[in-house]
Amino acid sequence: MTKTTYSRRRVLKTSAVAGTGLMLPTYLRAQESGFTNAPQGDTVTIGFNVPQTGPYAEEGLDELRAQELAVEHLNGGGDGGMLNTFSQKNLDGTGIMGKRVEFVTGDTQTKSDVARASAQSMIQKDGCIMINGGSSSGVAVAVQGLCQEAGVIFMAGLTHSNDTTGKDRKANGFRHFFNGYMSGAALAPVLQNAYGSDRRAYHLTADYTWGWTQQESIAAATEALGWETVQDVRTPVGAGDFSSYIAPVLNSGADVLVLNHYGGDMVNSLTQAVQFGLKDKQVNGKNFEIIVPLYSELMAKGAGSNIEGVFGSMNWNWQLQDEGTQAFVRSFGEKYGFPPSNAAHTCYVQTLLYADAVTRAGSFNPCAVVEALEDFEFDGMGNGPTLYRGADHQCFKDVLVMRGVAGSGNANMVGYDTLELVEQTPRAQVEYEPDHPMFAGGSLGECNPGA
Amino acid sequence: MDAIILQILNGLDKGSAYALIALGLTLIFGTLGVVNFAHGALFMIGAFCAVTMQRLLTLSHVVVDESQTDFLGNPLAVNVPYVNSIFGEELGQALINWSVPLSVLLVIPVMLLVGWAIERGLIKHFYKRPHADQILVTFGLAIVLQEIIRAMYGANPIQSPAPPLFSGSVDLGTYLGFQANAIVYPIWRLVYFFFSAIIIAAVFAFLQFTTFGMVVRAGMADRETVGMLGIDIDKRFTFMFGLAAVVAGMAGAMYAPILSPNYHMGMDFLVLSFVVVVVGGMGSLPGAVAAGFLLGILQGFASMNEVKAVLPGIDQIVIYLVAIIILLTRPRGLMGRRGVMED
Repeated sequence: MTKTTYSRRRVLKTSAVAGTGLMLPTYLRAQESGFTNAPQGDTVTIGFNVPQTGPYAEEGLDELRAQELAVEHLNGGGDGGMLNTFSQKNLDGTGIMGKRVEFVTGDTQTKSDVARASAQSMIQKDGCIMINGGSSSGVAVAVQGLCQEAGVIFMAGLTHSNDTTGKDRKANGFRHFFNGYMSGAALAPVLQNAYGSDRRAYHLTADYTWGWTQQESIAAATEALGWETVQDVRTPVGAGDFSSYIAPVLNSGADVLVLNHYGGDMVNSLTQAVQFGLKDKQVNGKNFEIIVPLYSELMAKGAGSNIEGVFGSMNWNWQLQDEGTQAFVRSFGEKYGFPPSNAAHTCYVQTLLYADAVTRAGSFNPCAVVEALEDFEFDGMGNGPTLYRGADHQCFKDVLVMRGVAGSGNANMVGYDTLELVEQTPRAQVEYEPDHPMFAGGSLGECNPGA
Repeated sequence: MDAIILQILNGLDKGSAYALIALGLTLIFGTLGVVNFAHGALFMIGAFCAVTMQRLLTLSHVVVDESQTDFLGNPLAVNVPYVNSIFGEELGQALINWSVPLSVLLVIPVMLLVGWAIERGLIKHFYKRPHADQILVTFGLAIVLQEIIRAMYGANPIQSPAPPLFSGSVDLGTYLGFQANAIVYPIWRLVYFFFSAIIIAAVFAFLQFTTFGMVVRAGMADRETVGMLGIDIDKRFTFMFGLAAVVAGMAGAMYAPILSPNYHMGMDFLVLSFVVVVVGGMGSLPGAVAAGFLLGILQGFASMNEVKAVLPGIDQIVIYLVAIIILLTRPRGLMGRRGVMED
C-alpha cells in the first residue's frame, strides 16, 4: 500500500504557483507594452474560434479554410487573393508589420460557455491578440464580452442578430456580417414586387436572440408594405420535427410563411412545410409563399430542391461579379475545389481588415486598431464600397437578395448553384441610425487595451 | 375540428416513431435486462443507412463536358451515376428516387451486424452489473456512434427525399367531408404510419406465433427454468438484441424523408422513447406501443396554438407531465408487470 504525500495546503500552493506561472507571460507582455498579448519576436498569433463540432461544424470548417487562406496571403503565399483588389495597399505579403502571422484554432461547439473557454485559452495560453470567427449570435455576444474584458480585438463571424452591434455592442468588437434589420430592408421591396402589398404572414421563429430580432425586423419591414402579421410562433432550437408547428399554418388564413430558422432547423422546417403542400396551396386567391430571410450555402445544400422559388438574403455570394469577389473565389476554389460560403468570406475579409488596421495604426494596441477601424471606408472586398461605422462597429455594404433555383445538377455545386442572385440592394437602402429602436439599449463603452 | 384531426395525424406519425423505438428498448430490457441508452443511436444509424443507400446508388464517374464551364472557368466535370450508365437513365433515376424504401434491404443486415457486435462486444459484459453501469456504458456508446457518424457524414442534415410517388401531400379533408385543403397531410407520413403498424404487428406475430418467439417469451418470464430445459436462451436473447436493432434501424431509415438525418437525431428521440417505455410499463411490449401513440397524440394536441395560448410552453413539457401523473397513479406504468425493475 502506498501512502500519499499530498496535503490540502500543498495542493493549494502548487495550484497557486502553476496558475501564476501560466498567467505570467500574459501579464509580462501586457506590462511591457501597455496592452494584452503584445507580439514578441518576429511572429504574431491570432485565434480562429469556430465551431468544429456540433450542428454548425460544416460552416465553421469553411470559415477555418478561409482564415487559413487569409493567413497564407498575409504571409506572402498563394496568389494574394483580395490583397490584390483591396483599396488599401498597406499589406505587402510580409505578415503584419513585418511579423509573420501564426494562428491557433479553437472549437466553439456552438455553445457560449465552450466558446468563451476556448477564446480564453487562446488569449491566456496562446497569446492571441485577436479572435476571429464563429457561427451563432449567442456565441458571438458571449465571446465579444470576453474579448472586451481581456483587452483583445474580436471580429465576429456569422452573427445576424441585431443585438450583436445593438444592445450587446462592445468597443473591442466589430461585425462584418449584416443583420436582421438589413435583411428586412433588403427583402421588403423584392417581396412587394413579387407578392404585392396585401399579404398575411405567419412567422415560425427560433426561440433565441437571433430569431427574435430577425422576426421583429422582418415583421416591421413587411408591415410597412401593408402586410399583416397573423401570428408569430416561437419554436425551440433543434426541434427536429416541426409538423405540429406547421399544421396550424394551413388553416390560419395566412398566405405567407416566414421561417426565422437557421441551419438544421431551417432545413427541417422548410422541408416539412413543402411536404405539407404549402408551396402548392392557394389561400385568399393567391399562391402560398415561403420566405427564409437568412440563407447560407450549406443550408441550401441541406434543403435541396425545396428551396426552389423561396426568397432569402445573404451577406455575400460567390456569384458576385466584382473584382474582389472573383479574386477570392479563384484563390479559394483552386485551393479547395469548390466556391467559398458567405461565412468563409466574412472570416477571410475580417482577417485582412484587422491586419490592415494594425498596419495603418502602426501598432498592435487594440485601442489603436479600434481607432483605425472606426468609420473606415474601403472597397475591393466584395459588396462594393463598405463602411465600418464607428458609432456601433457595424459594417455597412450592399446586401444580397437570393432566390432558390433548380441548379445545374452538378453534385459538387449543390447549395452554391441552387441560389441565384436576384438583387444587390444598395448600402443606402439598408442603413439605419445607431440609436434605432431595434438596436437601442447598448453602449460601446471604452476600448480596453487590457493592461 | 380540422385542426384537431391534423394534430391527431401528427401525433400518430410521431407516435409511430416513438412506438418503434420503445418497442426495441422494451425487447432488450425484457430479454436481457439491459437499459440500452444506445438505442437512439441505432435509430440514427438506420437513418444513415438511407443516406448510404442514396450515396451508393448515386456513385458516379466523372464525364468532362467541354461545352460547359465550372465556376473557375474550367471544363465542367459532370458526375454521371453508374446506375444510369448500367440500367439506362430512366431506370437508374427510378432506383435513385426509391433509395429510401430500398434502404430497408440494407438496414436488415447492417443492423443485425451492429446489434450483434454491440451485444457480444460490449453489453454482455454488463449483464450482471447494476443498471447505473449499463446506462453509463450504453450512453457512452451512443456518443461514440454519434461521433463516428459525424466524422463519416459531416454535421449538417442530409436530404433523403421520399420517392416522387409519395412525396406530395393528400387532401384528406375531401374524404372526410371537410372543405378542400382543410386537412392536407404529407403522403409519406401516412406511409410511415402504416409501415410502423406492419412492423409492430410483425414483431408481435413473431413472438406470439413462432416456436422461437414462444421460447423467448418463456425466457422473459423465467429465464432459469427455460435454461434448465436445455435451451440456450442466451443465444436467442442475443438474436432479440439484433431484432430490436433492426426495428430501430428500419424506423430510422423510413423516417429519413420526414427528418433529414443528422448525427444527433438519435439523442432527440432517445429521451422521449425512454419516457414512453416507463409510461407504458417497463418490460411491457403492448404498453410501449400504446404509450408511444398516446404520448405522440398528446404532444400533437399540446402544440396547438389554442392550447399554447392558455398554457404557454406546454408542448415542451406535456410528455413529462403525463409521465409524472401516470407514475404517481400507476407506479408500474400503464401495462407494467409486477417485479420488473422493482428489486
